Parts: sequence; structure tokens; C-alpha cells
Amino acid sequence: MLKYANPTFFLRLVGAVLPWLWGATILTLGVGLYMTFLIAPADYQQGETVRIMYIHVPAAWLSMFIYTVMTLSALGTLVWRHPLADASQQAAAPLGAGFTFICLVTGSLWGKPMWGTWWVWDARLTSVLVLFLIYLGLIALWNTIEEPLKAARAAAILTLVGVVNIPIIKFSVDWWNTLHQPASVLRMGGPAIHPTMLWPLLVMAVGASLLFVCLHLMAIRNEILRRRLRRLSYLAAEAADHVLEPRAEAGA
Amino acid sequence: MSDHADFIIAAFLIAGAVVAVMLGAIMRDHGALKRALAKFPPRGEGEAP
Repeated sequence: MLKYANPTFFLRLVGAVLPWLWGATILTLGVGLYMTFLIAPADYQQGETVRIMYIHVPAAWLSMFIYTVMTLSALGTLVWRHPLADASQQAAAPLGAGFTFICLVTGSLWGKPMWGTWWVWDARLTSVLVLFLIYLGLIALWNTIEEPLKAARAAAILTLVGVVNIPIIKFSVDWWNTLHQPASVLRMGGPAIHPTMLWPLLVMAVGASLLFVCLHLMAIRNEILRRRLRRLSYLAAEAADHVLEPRAEAGA
Repeated sequence: MSDHADFIIAAFLIAGAVVAVMLGAIMRDHGALKRALAKFPPRGEGEAP
């Protein structure tokens, strides 16, 4: 495990696996889109509008999964001080915000024709909006604190506090009376939807997850390079100071 | 795909656009970091400059 904590080894590993991961992502999403538009039937109540679900549901799952990844990374930062943990957390936040935004917008585009409204202050919708705001808050926190170690700790603590929202999102449809429908795939007693709709949904979810893995690895690579650049800039500035100091002393 | 086709198309287009923005931002950031690092002398074998 420690071998993978080495940023240089990680950079080499990412360079080797990324092309294969991108290939698998494009293939899976291609098959998923084919199944979404050409194989999955229209719903007896929602009609063709149900096709929005094949992008909305994977985005919703990912928005919570990415926050879980960030929580594990936050533990890695605070407990184990893993060198890649903070990089992973910082790289995941904008992706989490992006997928949560997709979830909110596609949900709204589904809600207008189905519920007759773009938005309701329903427990599920509101808790997902709170998740989106937490992602934005974390991004702002990293950009506000200049000292990287302090920023990492503050972000890790905020992430751990914010994780309470994840079970609230998941169980909001059970705990409160909501307009949003209850879980139909990840539920006790198995999925409640027909296999002709379930399989395209699962393929799209796998494709979206692979897409996140690709983007996350690329973003972690950027964070490692940014830290390397910061360190080299610091060393160069320190070396320049050493060159200037004897001259200043000679001048005095 | 007759009913509410505009909502369906908008949902998929917006999702695609958000993914494209995220990918574009990461790739542009990577290019800028590589250019900045290239100004420093190369380090040990296997390490980025």
C-alpha cells in the first residue's frame, strides 16, 4: 500500500492505466446510451421522459459516492497523513460539484413535465442542494487558506462534518413525506423496476463511475504536479536568497 | 421520442456540457502545470521535471 502512496509511482501508474480506463469509459457509456435510447422502453406513466432518469440517477449516485470518497480521503489526511489523501480530496470536490449539478438540473428538467414544477422544497431535493453547497464551500475553503497544510486539515474536518448529509439524502424519502419517489434500485427486497429498464440504468451507472475515476485520477495527477511546482519554486527562491545574502553582507 | 423531447435533449446536452467543462479544465490545468515545471531543470529518472 505504501508503494502506492509514493507520488512518483502514482504518476507512472496513472500514465499507464488512463488510456485503458478512457477506452472502457467510452465503450461503456456508448453501450449505455445505445441501450437508453434504443432498447429501454418508454414508461407507462412517464412516457419517453423516463430517459432522463438514465442520466439523473447515475449522477445522483455519483454525487453521494464522490462525497464518500472525499470522507475516506479526509480520514486519510487527519488519521494516517497519507501523502495522496489530501490531493485525492481536493481533486474530487469540483467533480462532486459537477455531478451534483447534473443531478439537480436533470432532475429539474424531469420534474417540470412530470410534476408540473421545476423545483419543490422537498427533503430529497433540498438535501441534495445542501450537498452541492457543501462542495462549493469546500472548494472555497481550499482557495481561501494559503497555507496548504492548514487548508487540508480545515477541509478534512469540514468534509467529516458534512458527511452527516449523505444518510439524510439517502433516507430522506423514507423519513419524510416527499414528492420525490422512494428508492427503486438500492432497496430492501431488490430492485422494483423491470430488467429492460434496470440494465440500461446499471450500464450508464458503471460508465459514469468509470468517467469519474478517469477525471479523478487526472485531477490527482494535477494536484501532485502543483505541489511539486510549489516546492521547486520555494527551493529556487531560497537558493536565490542564499546568492543575494553574501553580496548584501559584502556591500555592508 | 415525441413527448417532451426538448426536456430529454436538454438534460443530455447539459450533462455532456458539464462533463466537457470538467475535462477541459483538468486538461488545461495539466498543460499549464507541465509548462511551468518545464522551466526547472530535470530531476531524477521517472520523475516529472
